[in-house]
Amino acid sequence: MSKLLRRKVVKELLAGRGDALVVGGLGAPAWDITAAGDHELNFPLWGAMGGAAMIGLGLALAQPKRKVLVITGDGEMLMGLGALATIAVQRPRNLSVLVLDNERYGETGMQETHTAHGVELAAMAKAAGIEQAFLVRTQAELARLKQQLYARAGSLFAQIKIDPEKLPLVLPPRDGALLKNRFRAALLGPDAAQQ
Amino acid sequence: MILSSRFLLPDHGIQMKKAAESAWPEEVHALLREAGVRQVAIVPDAGHARLIKACEKDKSMRVVRLTSEQEGVALLAGAWLGGEKGVLLMQSSGVGNCINMLTLPIACQFPLLMLVTMRGDHGEFNPAQIPMGNSTQAVLEAMGVIVKRADRADEVTEMASSALRLAFNTYRPVALLIGQRVFGAKDFRKLTQGVPK
Repeated sequence: MSKLLRRKVVKELLAGRGDALVVGGLGAPAWDITAAGDHELNFPLWGAMGGAAMIGLGLALAQPKRKVLVITGDGEMLMGLGALATIAVQRPRNLSVLVLDNERYGETGMQETHTAHGVELAAMAKAAGIEQAFLVRTQAELARLKQQLYARAGSLFAQIKIDPEKLPLVLPPRDGALLKNRFRAALLGPDAAQQ
Repeated sequence: MILSSRFLLPDHGIQMKKAAESAWPEEVHALLREAGVRQVAIVPDAGHARLIKACEKDKSMRVVRLTSEQEGVALLAGAWLGGEKGVLLMQSSGVGNCINMLTLPIACQFPLLMLVTMRGDHGEFNPAQIPMGNSTQAVLEAMGVIVKRADRADEVTEMASSALRLAFNTYRPVALLIGQRVFGAKDFRKLTQGVPK
């Protein structure tokens, strides 16, 4: 059985994103969301490791009518596991955390993470209280995830096992103030700069 | 071996913990409310108890309990991206947990208001509180955070207002350190009384 490929997975999940707001964890997930098409309503991270899911929570609470997707990696999620508990307790109806799990720290030389040794993030999310928590390994499971992602309300967590391939980087703008300001202008309108 | 209260130093002149008379927690709550603060991220501290209670009662605010203070730094960046203001309430020991996450508001120019109650400060008893409490201001300033301090109850509200304006008017992380003298030191002598012999 061939493994899922990260760029295809992200492109498929973001196709038909509508007005969804997207946070990309540092490293490969930030390059993946950019490869799917740079977008004003993307907030790719260049740092803040362990913070992607919490940025998603703050955004989801501030914008309860918009779908918020956090797309991050296994190493990044492992650094901020407490966020699973914090998100579960807040129960946002519009937040999905999608972890692209290659079982590696890809940017630093492909060293193994805990998920290569049996740590199951989806089970941890479920135990924290996020009821829609899935482990995704196949194309069919990915299709079901996508259907659920856009059709149902509630917090969702998915651990998506992907091939640990090394790909050329597709870089978003790296000026954090620019990324923030263009995101806010697209979401909140021209008055955002006056706030 | 159990530490006996007869070995504890006398506390003459050091304000020990007692029911606070000042209304600063309610005043700071009113200030936050008026400024439109919606997300209140907390890792509790005794010094914040009344402010937390006031925020919990306020239907315009959402109190978000965290497992670690750095979560709050990230949460409030997300809140601002979504058009909401927030505040992070924590104890000085939590500042150490925030350091790398502070690169986010600094690099992206997010406003971030932190109200930090001090330990390891005035009349401290617990040696474990000293290393972080004594370096809180230096560590924050080394990261590029603007730091203000209030050491008297009657100056907390004004300094909180100053910190709030700096954070949201100039898009920076700003911390107000609220000195242990404002609450009184934690009274370990009193807390050890009544243990059965």
